[in-house]
Amino acid sequence: MTAAEAVGVLRFDRVTKEYPRSGLALHEVSFRVAKGEFVFLTGPSGAGKSTILRLAYFAERPTSGLVRVSGVNSEHASRREISKLRRRLGIVFQDFRLLEDRTAEENVGFALEVTGVPRAQIGPKVSRVLTQVGLAAKATAFPRELSGGEQQRVAIARALVNDPFVLIADEPTGNLDERATRGVFQLLREINAAGTAIIMATHDLDLVRHADYRTLELNRGQIVFDSAESPEPAA
Amino acid sequence: MRRTVRDASAAFTRAPLLTALSITTIAFSLFAFGLFGLVALNIRAALQGVEERVEIRAFVADGTDAQSLAAAAGDIDAFPEVQSVNIVTQDQALARARTELTEFSDVFQSGVLPASIDVKLKPGYRDPATVARVSARLKSYPFVDDVRYGEDWLVQLYRLRNIAGVAGLALGLAFAAVAVIIIGATIRMAVLSRADEISIMRLVGATDGFIRRPFLLEGFAKGILGGLLALGLTWLGMHLIDRYMHFHTVFFSPAMAAAGVVAGALIGVLGSSVAVGRHLRAL
Repeated sequence: MTAAEAVGVLRFDRVTKEYPRSGLALHEVSFRVAKGEFVFLTGPSGAGKSTILRLAYFAERPTSGLVRVSGVNSEHASRREISKLRRRLGIVFQDFRLLEDRTAEENVGFALEVTGVPRAQIGPKVSRVLTQVGLAAKATAFPRELSGGEQQRVAIARALVNDPFVLIADEPTGNLDERATRGVFQLLREINAAGTAIIMATHDLDLVRHADYRTLELNRGQIVFDSAESPEPAA
Repeated sequence: MRRTVRDASAAFTRAPLLTALSITTIAFSLFAFGLFGLVALNIRAALQGVEERVEIRAFVADGTDAQSLAAAAGDIDAFPEVQSVNIVTQDQALARARTELTEFSDVFQSGVLPASIDVKLKPGYRDPATVARVSARLKSYPFVDDVRYGEDWLVQLYRLRNIAGVAGLALGLAFAAVAVIIIGATIRMAVLSRADEISIMRLVGATDGFIRRPFLLEGFAKGILGGLLALGLTWLGMHLIDRYMHFHTVFFSPAMAAAGVVAGALIGVLGSSVAVGRHLRAL
């Protein structure tokens, strides 16, 4: 195990998150994601999956405890550091979050444009990732002209275009039919095989059972099962 | 900077209808304020015209020698409140009366009217209290028989001026506040329509400054365009009033017009800054 793997690309140390209105969302959660690892976050609605992901890309700060992502920690991170960090993260949502008035390639290129990448470099990078997600032929299509699975592929392409070290996916297959789900999941596996760590929140237990990846099961804001530590899920 | 300009102009072309609506709303808000400003300006100009006629006339006794009059005039001219002093002899007084009151010209005989020292005051010293004070000093000259300055109408004029000033200020502030609120709401609407874009920008790592700059430039451009359109509408309004109602109206000076357009731009920038700031507050 290398030093980087030992530290992990992402680390939660006794993280508690409490909201003023809805109360406790996470309680003393600790885990680590190693470089290139694929981790499922499972659990019922309201268990804290999305809260963990929001904390991981610093959309929230913990009430107590420490989140550390690639050397940036939640106690001291400035807004600028968070912006810089997000350029090295890929984030994917259930609802795709594409800009409806831009084509697939413009949506992907947008992630580069707004981070100051020179125009000349944007085109080749966008072509590369659209090819990688299998959408090179639909580069000029608008989101409304694409199926749900294709829209999610565009969103994944946008997440990949900055070569992230970790991809954070919040229910990426939640809005997709079975066939599209399999396609998107296969794509995520390929991305992971190429070395990008993936943390994926999902309700789809079939997907979890058929893949041999680490699973963190959450319930009421706590990790109740970690497949890396025990072979069977908690009752 | 080039990217900021490109992004700001892209916002104009992506949502031309919303942009046109924003500019028109800004223009009409500023136009309402501009029309009010024009009315206030013309009332002020009219009152100033009347104020300039404020004059103290010290009638001197018959037989006062010219040397004493000239010495007194020099003295009075040195008063800090005084703009000009004019000695009017009996003959000049008669000629003036015949010119100003033509219907009584046959009544006036030589020597009927007394000579006088006519004193005009500087702007800012034409209020009833100052005029009364200067009049009292003029009265202290032994050869001055009587001092007149139209005390009654001067008091009325100043009351009217004060009422116009207070009402103008209150209405002006109200119009300005309404313009700021409407423009602010319009710009906020334009920013809200791009909330998704802003949230994606934040997710992919754009810095606050990078996100904010095109919006500020867009707000600035809309403010300038709205301001120019408002200025054009106000100018057109003034010409229509001149042409069909036969009022001779005064228009804004170039500096005032420029200040109005700059105010539009500032409101645009501030409105955008506040609206985008709300979206950026979240991490």
